[in-house]
Amino acid sequence: MSRSGWITVAACALVLLALDVLLPRVLNPYYATIVIRIGIAVIAAVSLQLVNGFTGQFSIGHAGFMAVGAYVSAAFSVYVGAGWLEAFAAVLPGPLARVAYYPMALAAGGVAAAVAGLVVGIPALRLRGDYLAIATLGFAEVIRIAILNVDAVGGARGFSVAAADHPGADLRFEGFGTVYAVALVTIVVISRLVYSSGGLSFRAVREDEVAAASIGVPATRVKVEAFVVASFFAGVAGALFAHSEGYVHTNSFAFLRSFELVVFVVLGGLGSITGAVLAAAVLTAAPELLRGLGEWRMVLYSLLLIVTMLVRPQGLLGTRELGFDWLRRRLG
Amino acid sequence: MNGVAWGGIYALIALGYTMVYGVLKLINFAHGEVYMVGAMTGYYAAHWLGVAGAPSLTGLVLTLGASMIACALLAALIERVAYRPLRSAPRLAPLITAIGVSLLLQNLGQIVFGADPKFFPTLIESRNVFEMGGLSVSNVQLTVLGTALALMAGLELVVMRTRFGRAIRAVSFDAPAAALMGVPVDRVILGTFVVGAMLAAAAGVLVGLTNPKIEPLMGVLPGLKAFVAAVLGGIGNIPGAMVGGILLGVIETLVSGYLSSTYRDAIAFVLLIVILLYRPTGLFGVSQTEKV
Repeated sequence: MSRSGWITVAACALVLLALDVLLPRVLNPYYATIVIRIGIAVIAAVSLQLVNGFTGQFSIGHAGFMAVGAYVSAAFSVYVGAGWLEAFAAVLPGPLARVAYYPMALAAGGVAAAVAGLVVGIPALRLRGDYLAIATLGFAEVIRIAILNVDAVGGARGFSVAAADHPGADLRFEGFGTVYAVALVTIVVISRLVYSSGGLSFRAVREDEVAAASIGVPATRVKVEAFVVASFFAGVAGALFAHSEGYVHTNSFAFLRSFELVVFVVLGGLGSITGAVLAAAVLTAAPELLRGLGEWRMVLYSLLLIVTMLVRPQGLLGTRELGFDWLRRRLG
Repeated sequence: MNGVAWGGIYALIALGYTMVYGVLKLINFAHGEVYMVGAMTGYYAAHWLGVAGAPSLTGLVLTLGASMIACALLAALIERVAYRPLRSAPRLAPLITAIGVSLLLQNLGQIVFGADPKFFPTLIESRNVFEMGGLSVSNVQLTVLGTALALMAGLELVVMRTRFGRAIRAVSFDAPAAALMGVPVDRVILGTFVVGAMLAAAAGVLVGLTNPKIEPLMGVLPGLKAFVAAVLGGIGNIPGAMVGGILLGVIETLVSGYLSSTYRDAIAFVLLIVILLYRPTGLFGVSQTEKV
């Protein structure tokens, strides 16, 4: 990453810290929830961008991996983690105990989703184009329905992220800091990945798989790598979702959710990380901001979607990135 | 037997997916919503034409006709506004507008038709015409299947025997070449959308006969499953969609009958994955060699 890139990251981290302290004081819980959801949407969208935008594969089943992450981390927290959190809380002050615990819950979700990504990816990525898209959609639905039939995580009743036998462990969190720190890490990791020299192989596969393979890029391996990394972050996003909402239901991860993520990525511009961030933020906030319109809100939202796509078929940013370099060029 | 009736309905919807995919390589995600609008306009048409109270065959035919015309107009509008301007855009752009149109119709449907389920009027008096062992066949199921098969036969006739049908086949084989030969490609694509929508509308009315509860979100799952059926038969392949639809309906019903109804929705997707992994081009698909 360039120097200005690191400056961006540092600036973001500072803003983050300020937000974490400030926001809970000035925002009411409703807006706070929306801000957290935006962060989660950003993580999921940026991770999908790696597969759809940079590697040129077309997955429309990303919500399936969010579901795996959400449910595994929730189950981990409820059945195992609650005891640990209580133990941590006994020796550490409250916030610190949670800081020590959350990475574990998130990693559990992320790793589980990455494994699912590997299992799905190896057979599915042999397929190309629309067939791959359909297969990912199928896998996501199968994952969702399978979870629906597991009684240990509530089945059709949904699953509450609360451990009855450990009253001292509050598994939920409301912090912006956690969500946005993870979002920042996601953005940095994925942009470092795709804009590094090794990351050229992702874009080579996107531009022409056959040509890439012929000059020695292990195309299938590159695709599976992209898929596994993307699934990991989708799983982390799911884990964050489960712990911030305090309740998960498979309905949250139906194919509409997958479509929504695809919309973020395409609308933001395939192959633009900042585009995905922008689209995820705007489109997550839009339905809430339009709430005053009552039942017409989703109608307007979908019209907005259609019109934006008609006006800018290449997405809001195309393949460009926003950042200091871009600003400097603009300002001369 | 119920499975075969559902299969006929899936097949009708699947045909629309497969035809549009054939000419445009576009997964028309709004197609399930066209089917929903078909059922809804069928409901209103039946009441407005006064055939709702008195079950009769003419009533059914009139309702079918009205809803097919309404959906044909709707599909023409969608194609003109949301897909045609993006003909030369990146391939994913029309896919996003398709999702947009699908969301739009769902939400507009909830406002225009009301979010509560409605009950489709009885257009045929239900009775069992045939019973043997555990197998019973009602005249409603027969009508559904009969109508579906008749429409499919009609479609086959149109596609194989008319100038328009030949144009559709030409465009799906090679659109630029067809254009060079003087085929009005845009008009053919529009026509394909219209024909597909009419079949979906018919499916909507037929579903109203067997499962009278209709609501604005009813198109989501059958739409997706019909799409699976289209893939099952080989997407872009018309007879494949028919067979795929009926196969899916039968398998689903058998699974919910003998295993568990909670797995009914899953089986379609499991089937999809198995098919894609072992025969990616579907049961009747021809795999294309990639040229470098």
